[in-house]
Amino acid sequence: MSRTWLISAAAAAALLIGLGGAQAADKKLVVGFSQIGSESGWRAAETKTAKTEAEKRGIDLKISDAQQKQENQIKAVRSFVAQGVDAIFIAPVVATGWDSVLKEAKEAKIPVVLLDRQIETRDPGLYMTAVTSDTVLEGRVAGEWLAKQTGGTCNVVELQGTVGSSPAINRKKGFDEVVAKNPGMKIVRTQSGDFTRAKGKEVMESFIKAENGGKGICAVYAHNDDMAVGAIQAIKEAGLKPGKDILVVSIDGVPDIFKAMAEGEANATVELTPNMAGPAFDALIAFKKDGKAPPKWIQTESALFTPDTAKAEYERRKDAY
Amino acid sequence: MTRSAPGPSRNLPQYGALAAVLLANWLLFPDFFSIRLQDGRLFGSLIDVLNRGAPVALLAIGMTMVIATRGVDLSVGAVMAISGAVAATLTQAGWGLAPVLAAALGAGLLCGLWNGLLVAVLRIQPIVATLILMVAGRGIAQLVTEGQIVTFTSPGLAFIGSGSFLTVPMPVVITAVLLGVTALLVRTTALGLMIEAVGVNRLSSAGAGVNTPVVLVAVYVWCGLCAAVAGLVVAADIRGADANNAGLWLELDAILAVVVGGTSLLGGRFGLLLSVVGALTIQAMNTGILLSGFKPEFNLIVKAGVLMVVLLLQSPTLTLFLPRPGPRPVRPPTPPRGKPESPSPSAGA
Repeated sequence: MSRTWLISAAAAAALLIGLGGAQAADKKLVVGFSQIGSESGWRAAETKTAKTEAEKRGIDLKISDAQQKQENQIKAVRSFVAQGVDAIFIAPVVATGWDSVLKEAKEAKIPVVLLDRQIETRDPGLYMTAVTSDTVLEGRVAGEWLAKQTGGTCNVVELQGTVGSSPAINRKKGFDEVVAKNPGMKIVRTQSGDFTRAKGKEVMESFIKAENGGKGICAVYAHNDDMAVGAIQAIKEAGLKPGKDILVVSIDGVPDIFKAMAEGEANATVELTPNMAGPAFDALIAFKKDGKAPPKWIQTESALFTPDTAKAEYERRKDAY
Repeated sequence: MTRSAPGPSRNLPQYGALAAVLLANWLLFPDFFSIRLQDGRLFGSLIDVLNRGAPVALLAIGMTMVIATRGVDLSVGAVMAISGAVAATLTQAGWGLAPVLAAALGAGLLCGLWNGLLVAVLRIQPIVATLILMVAGRGIAQLVTEGQIVTFTSPGLAFIGSGSFLTVPMPVVITAVLLGVTALLVRTTALGLMIEAVGVNRLSSAGAGVNTPVVLVAVYVWCGLCAAVAGLVVAADIRGADANNAGLWLELDAILAVVVGGTSLLGGRFGLLLSVVGALTIQAMNTGILLSGFKPEFNLIVKAGVLMVVLLLQSPTLTLFLPRPGPRPVRPPTPPRGKPESPSPSAGA
């Protein structure tokens, strides 16, 4: 009994000394992350990835969930400032109203990194950098894949996101650029599917009827994967083969679209990576090491995925989402 | 159907609106009425109207009776999300079809009971009472699904959304059955009369011996059940429960369907079939917009314009100036007494 006591006490002491030593040698970076909430699977994946990326680099990440409210985010930033963290990450829920709290962070000399969304401010010096995807590029990548796949001749139906939302506008813009370059490519129908599965299905049903039972459609381009999943069901119920009779290309890279690709029912997706924190950590570490300020906008990669890697990608992702 | 209706002329605006929208669709898209069989299932734009209109029609059935009691149920969209979330999550957990359906419908009944108790026993105004569940319900659904879209592959549950019975899509069959059962319940018994009485004057109907709290609770419970069925249909259709979007804003479409169907928000006389006609009118409009190829920016404007015309056609003031095919002008919108002239059960559907 007494011997086990002794051993464990010694072990604990050793551990304490070890920890203290490590801390003294190389102070662990502490980052506060004000996350919007967990309104979608993608958002949850972003939080999860941020945690694992922080662990990889030995960074102490404190996450505060704002539950969709800017006031909670502002409170969180203030408390991070009070705690004297080394950096603050914000995934801003809205674009405006950040100036005063960011000034407080700047006065405390704490660099701020925006994740996934930009803000509107008159003084861009208030934040160090923003890590976001290029949504126009996403649309372009999807369009270029389709142009290549069909030899530049294709009648496309388009499922738009929510009318007026910036990803819907930009993903349309990027795709339209490619269509303009290929005279054989045409968007024959375009409608909003509100980024949802149910609306995607309903709109695709009417597209199929409007275009001669789907015979006039060569491909469907959906602004997100969920609408594509709905469209796939509509194509199937019309007696056509999604992925063959009608090609399916979409954006986001959620697990369900990889499942559909593995089953041969979808053809390509452009990933909106949930790993926004990783590049932000790297920029931060570089900045702390030699004071080199990163560029104002760090674009994440908009990688295209096709069915040949779908099964492995699905297995890799299904737990992250 | 309205009880004192001597003939179809009284309901002409409702049927006329549906016919006009269908006709407009046909003009925009000549193949609108063409129907064929696809994998043993009817397939065509007209079928889409029925099939896609089913969820709002289901909601409208329950909502009609709530509105007839001079109430309103804002929570039906959220209840749809809860029912779908429960069904999908339990299916994923390996439950069989029967317990899954029982749990989903049970959740709807429970939500209805909650609303009913708030309105009938605590006497909270319906719009406020049901607002609670409208807000909280979606949160509950998100808790059940943990904020994700829960997808399932169970063919049994999917059948409810995309299967067919004698070539008719299941959502349409389910709506017809629920409409029939509801009509039987309220029109072959005194229940319908009591609902109208409560809506016209709660105090005096209580004085006349109507157990008003029981009638009110029953109406909200039935509305919750209808919403749960609608939630099942929507979840089964996309083989997944989307707690963020399932049934979003559909409570407003349901109220609109009831109003387009001619039931007054002031309570009293109600028409179940007419509310379903109202729901189909709205859906016919939506489908027409999708087929027309307008830009999506115009969707809401076109919808609002058509609705305005439909509602103007029903305006008591305006109809006095319009030539009517029926023998009588529309009565002013005073609460009717609900006295049956022909209490045949067929008048109830």
